[in-house]
This record gives sequence, structure tokens and C-alpha cells, in this order.
Amino acid sequence: MRNDGKPAVVIGAGPAGLCAAIELKKAGAPVVLMDENAKPGGQLFKQIHKFFGSQEHKAGIRGFDIGKELLAESLRLGIDVRLKTEVVGIEAGLKVWAVEDRSKSYTFDAGTLILATGATENALSFPGWTLPGIMTAGCAQTLINVHRVLPGQRVLMVGSGNVGVIVAYQLMQAGAQVAAVIEALPRLGGYGVHTAKVRRAGVPFYCSTTIIRAEGRESVERAVIASIDAKFQPIPGTEQTLDVDTICLAVGLTPSIELACIAGCKQIYIPELGGTMPAHDEFMRSSLESVYVVGDIAGVEEASTAMEEGRLAGIHAAWAMGYMDETTMKTKTEETKTRLKALRQGVFGQKRFEAKKRIVEGRKEA
Amino acid sequence: MSAQQSLKTSGAPSLEELKAVGQLASEKDMEGRGCLCIECIEEIPCNPCQTACPQGAITVGFPITNLPVIDRAKCTVCGLCIPACPGLAITIKSVKDDTARVRFPWEYLPFPAIGDTVRMVDRQGRELCDGTISSITNPVRNNRTAVITAEFPRKFVQDAISIARRS
Ligand code: SF4
Ligand code: SF4
Repeated sequence: MRNDGKPAVVIGAGPAGLCAAIELKKAGAPVVLMDENAKPGGQLFKQIHKFFGSQEHKAGIRGFDIGKELLAESLRLGIDVRLKTEVVGIEAGLKVWAVEDRSKSYTFDAGTLILATGATENALSFPGWTLPGIMTAGCAQTLINVHRVLPGQRVLMVGSGNVGVIVAYQLMQAGAQVAAVIEALPRLGGYGVHTAKVRRAGVPFYCSTTIIRAEGRESVERAVIASIDAKFQPIPGTEQTLDVDTICLAVGLTPSIELACIAGCKQIYIPELGGTMPAHDEFMRSSLESVYVVGDIAGVEEASTAMEEGRLAGIHAAWAMGYMDETTMKTKTEETKTRLKALRQGVFGQKRFEAKKRIVEGRKEA
Repeated sequence: MSAQQSLKTSGAPSLEELKAVGQLASEKDMEGRGCLCIECIEEIPCNPCQTACPQGAITVGFPITNLPVIDRAKCTVCGLCIPACPGLAITIKSVKDDTARVRFPWEYLPFPAIGDTVRMVDRQGRELCDGTISSITNPVRNNRTAVITAEFPRKFVQDAISIARRS
């Protein structure tokens, strides 16, 4: 038991961090939730679509409504939420170094750390990729759904995973036309129900296709795409020019592991989940006893899985800190694991399930 | 299960792919009050259609990646499951004489108005024929997914799935 009065510090107030903080606070543990943004919620507030899963995963509810629910709960519980607070260092003994409002710096002793720092969108470089009008899909989603600004009228989406397909749909909802969704692999990545609704709106999908270059004088005016062979090399003579003023890149995410590295968590390379990430055990504990990793930092998945991982860590940390008895911890952990497992089945989930198993094995070897 | 080549390369399922998993309704099913059509042929973790149905007519079961199965004997064709599906994969189709009707989910602005002539589209987004809007419902419980009904010539009933967006 480490009930030494030092709080659990949760870094990142997205779906995973919010759920971790809520579980801790519900158990009576002191918790501080920090986020560099002015608003908590992470990516939830730009998710205007209805979520998948089942009732206990909040299926059918739109992402921003889930965000509102979690926020209301954290307020009701009276969690100490520190916004515009960037954590820039973690020193020995879990001393957290935070910068508030880009002006005030302080350190802070944490008893437990929960890293919920999320992931960063990958870029893709090609001739012309620095032209204005080229952005990540997440950026376009923030523009339309948070700031209500349409980045352009005709969009090319690069990448057919769920992010690319969902953002393509939302760009149309916001009033844009989507000229095409292209995918380097021979098969589309996103859920069939998502691609089907975009296809029926008349958007063509091109598989085994890449972007060759973007053209335009001051901003994007055209995109040149071409088919690629099995070695991902463009096939001459297959070039097509699309008149677009926006190119969105939805080519994967990479876990934001900087703080985990500074803290000294052992890393493992799992390409299916975004690259290098801290290894963790079944309770989301990293190679360090008192440091947990939850959500996209622990392998890029979805908001629904991130929330369950946050709960797992919050429950275990509450027990480790002496705020929950072992039986309650075990029961709650099993319930959470069952919900998580339900999300990691089928053709899409199985791959992630296997990859997550490797992360846990990597932690054991540590 | 087949390779679902159409779904995984064009984005939308073919009639054969729907048929292969028992999700292609026949015109006979569509007679009278019509029938529910679910086009959800991939194992994804999802079951709000099952939860939404007051009759227990849709079964996903465990694991929740099972494909939804409709029990037509229990389904009253009430349409409550249409806006509940986050994949916008559910419609209701009916046929009578030379006319067909489709009730489908809709999340684009502007909404059409009752009586409007619209263009019916197939799963590949191709325009098939003219249609007429006969109803639009969007109560609070739909959580901003409207449900629209359009009428069109019966011969397009298997292919028609929605209407063209206007911009
Ligand atoms: S139409 Fe009504 S009765 Fe039929 S499956 Fe849907 S919700 Fe159930
Ligand atoms: S709710 Fe829609 S997407 Fe989900 S399982 Fe049912 S039909 Fe498929």
C-alpha cells in the first residue's frame, strides 16, 4: 500500500485520462488531471458520429455527447482539473514538472502517474506537400467540427482507414465535395458500413493508389494520383489529375511517447498499433511500478477502447494506493476486461487483440 | 465468408455479397407492409440495432462482432432501428404495384421537403431514376439522424438505397 498522501497525476484529459481520473476519484483517491489544451475531452468533441460497440460502451451516442457526459461526471466528482497545463518533464521519484499557461512553471510530487498523452497523426511527404490546403484528416475534422470552418470545397482523402472515411463523410456533412478516397493497399481499411455510406454519396474509392504530387501556385489546385504495383511503385501511364483545393492525410497515428520515455518506461515496437510504445501489463501498468499508460499512447485504437483502458488503470491504481479493497478491484477489473474484449473481436479486433497480447508479453520480459 | 471484393475495393457491397450472408431481401419480402433490410456484412463490434428493437427482432448476440440477423416474424417494420445504427446500414423497403418505397437514414443538409423530386441512387452512388419524398421524421430520440421515405419505380427496388445529396 502506498497511501502516502501523494496524488495520482493523470496527464491528458482525453477519453482515457478522463475515465482513469473518474475511477480514481470515485474510489476516494486524490487525483490531479492535467491537459495542455484549454478544454478537456481530447478528440471526443470533434467526433460528431455515433459510436459503435454495445450499450455499455455507449454505442449509438455521438462522441461529443460522450465527452459532455464524462466532463459532467468529472465536475460532479470534483476532480482537480488543470487546463492549459503542459507537463514538460518527469524527474526521479515521480516529480512532475508542469508549465501553466506558458508562463508559470512548477514541480509537483505524484504518487502514481497515469500517462494518457494520446497519439500524433502521421504525415506523408510528396512533391507539393507543403502547399496550403494540405492537412491531416484530424486537422480538417477539428476545423469543421470544432471551429466550424470548411477548409475547402473539393477534397482528396489519402487513406481509407476509419479516420479517413469518417472524416470524408463529415466533410460532406459540412458541405464539401469529396473527389476521391485513395488507399495504397489493395483493399480498403475502414469499416464497410462507413465506406458504404461514403460510396453511396458518389465518392469513388481507389485502392492500390497513391498521391504523386500536389500542384498549385499559392495553394493546392490539383492532385495527381497513380496506381501502384505490389511493391508500392507508381505504374507509369496510370496518372490521373483531380481538381481539388484540399488534400487530407489519414495515414495513421503514432503514440505520443515522449513523457513515457522521460519517465523511463520500457518501450516495445508494435507496428500494427502505431510503432514504438511503452510495454504494459494487463492492468495498463508500464515497466515502472507506479506509471500507467492508457489510450492511444499504449497502442493506437479507438475512443471506446481508450475509455476502458483508462478505467482499468484507474481501478488498479486506486487499489495500489490503498483506496480500494482487493475484491472490489478484481471484480471491477474483470468487468472492464470483458467490455474491452468485446471491442477486440472480429476481423478488425482480432489483429489488435493479438498485438495487445504482445505488448503485455513485452512487459513481462522487462 | 467471401473476400467481399466489392465492399473492400469499391466501398459498397454487391448484391451477391449481401446474398452470401443472407442480407438480401427478396421482392416477395417487400410486399405488403415491407421489410427491414440490414446491410452489415463485416464483423465489427457493434449491436445498437439489437438494443433499439422493442420486439427483439434483431439478434447480434455474443460476441458483438456477430452479424445482425433479422427475425421477420417478429419485426413490425416500425423503423426504430434505422436511426439507431451508427453505420447507417438499415433501410426499410416495400413494393406495391409499380411503386417501391425506401425508408433510409439521412444526415446531410439541406433536407429535402415532402413532395420534392429527388434522384434515387444505388450503392455505388449512381443516379438511377427520379423519386418523390413522401415523409421525413426526425424526432429527438433519433439523435439527429433523420429518417426519410422516397417513392420510385419498382424496377429499381433492389438497387436503390438512398437519394443524391444536393449541394
Ligand atoms: S423495424 Fe422495428 S421491429 Fe423491425 S427490427 Fe427494426 S426496430 Fe425491430
Ligand atoms: S447497428 Fe448497424 S452497424 Fe451496428 S451491427 Fe447493427 S446494423 Fe451493423
